[in-house]
Amino acid sequence: MSLLAEVTGSIGSIGYGLAAIGPGIGIGIIFGQGVQAIARQPEAYGVIRQNMLLGFALAEALALIGFVVPFVFGK
Amino acid sequence: MATNVLASVAASGGPNCHFESADSPCGFPAPGAEIFQFDSVLTFQIGSIDFNITKVTFVVILSVILVVGFFLYAFRRPRMVPKGAQNVGEVGYLFIRDGVAREIIGKDGDKFVPFLFSFFFLIWIMNFMGILPFAQIPATSVFAIPVAFALIVYLTWVPLGIYSQGGWQFFKGMMFPPGVPWPMYFLLTPIELISNLIVRPFTHAVRLFANMFAGHLLIATFSVAAYYLLSATVIGIIGSVASLGVAIALTGFEILIQALQAYIFTLLAAVYISGALHAEH
Repeated sequence: MSLLAEVTGSIGSIGYGLAAIGPGIGIGIIFGQGVQAIARQPEAYGVIRQNMLLGFALAEALALIGFVVPFVFGK
Repeated sequence: MATNVLASVAASGGPNCHFESADSPCGFPAPGAEIFQFDSVLTFQIGSIDFNITKVTFVVILSVILVVGFFLYAFRRPRMVPKGAQNVGEVGYLFIRDGVAREIIGKDGDKFVPFLFSFFFLIWIMNFMGILPFAQIPATSVFAIPVAFALIVYLTWVPLGIYSQGGWQFFKGMMFPPGVPWPMYFLLTPIELISNLIVRPFTHAVRLFANMFAGHLLIATFSVAAYYLLSATVIGIIGSVASLGVAIALTGFEILIQALQAYIFTLLAAVYISGALHAEH
């Protein structure tokens, strides 16, 4: 089989870059909407902040898995 | 951190290896996962299990002593009108009780305040060890420790759900979320089962671990860069000062992340307990 293209070097960092796209968009939406919600209803700040951080934590997990996997399966 | 980073600097061309140094051409000694591995201070065996006492063990012990010691001190003679350390302790307690337990779990939440409270403060102090001079390793950046924490939470909410909802009801609620057209269950049931029972504890541990690991690595990278770039060239001086500035700024950022990750871990533990206590409708 002939190779058309090949990636060499630190492939793990490319993997992390790819893994960060989705969570990046997700976290942007979460905080954007969260700030908008706080601006519309400042008295609900506590509840909004809590749910914002919860959503942030869930979205961020994907990027962090992408960060850890090269260390685990690297070399 | 310090000794290991210096070791990695030394390995790549001697301690005098700087950017464009006259000594020898040498590359940037980027710190990797090896800065989280420490030499054993003490090795012993109980049964067939090897025990390696390293710096991380001492950091964990120190964190436990700090947390237990502070709260024993704060509540040694509780008074109706708190003052001094008791004030601080009560603020921490109220933060967990009102902000996490009652907010997320509801009125049954008071039973779980000691559980969540211990988690929050222990994890926070363990994270804080990352920037405490001489400790300088967040204990939670060693994967075994977040795994142990996540396992304790997992082994709490699963039996709790079976106990308070009944075994079948608990797993039915997990596998067949209500309000979904029935053909969707072919797709949804395996996904829900895997995500709740396997992915959930895994991400719970990885979230804490990877944040502390990445933060510590980032500070180490810029600290090593500041040392490496230090040379009598214009680029060297500018780069070194800039790297040092970034390292200091990142340390400030880490203080925020450490508290946030301890909070998120506790928040998620409360969410899982709440899901186990009350069935979704």
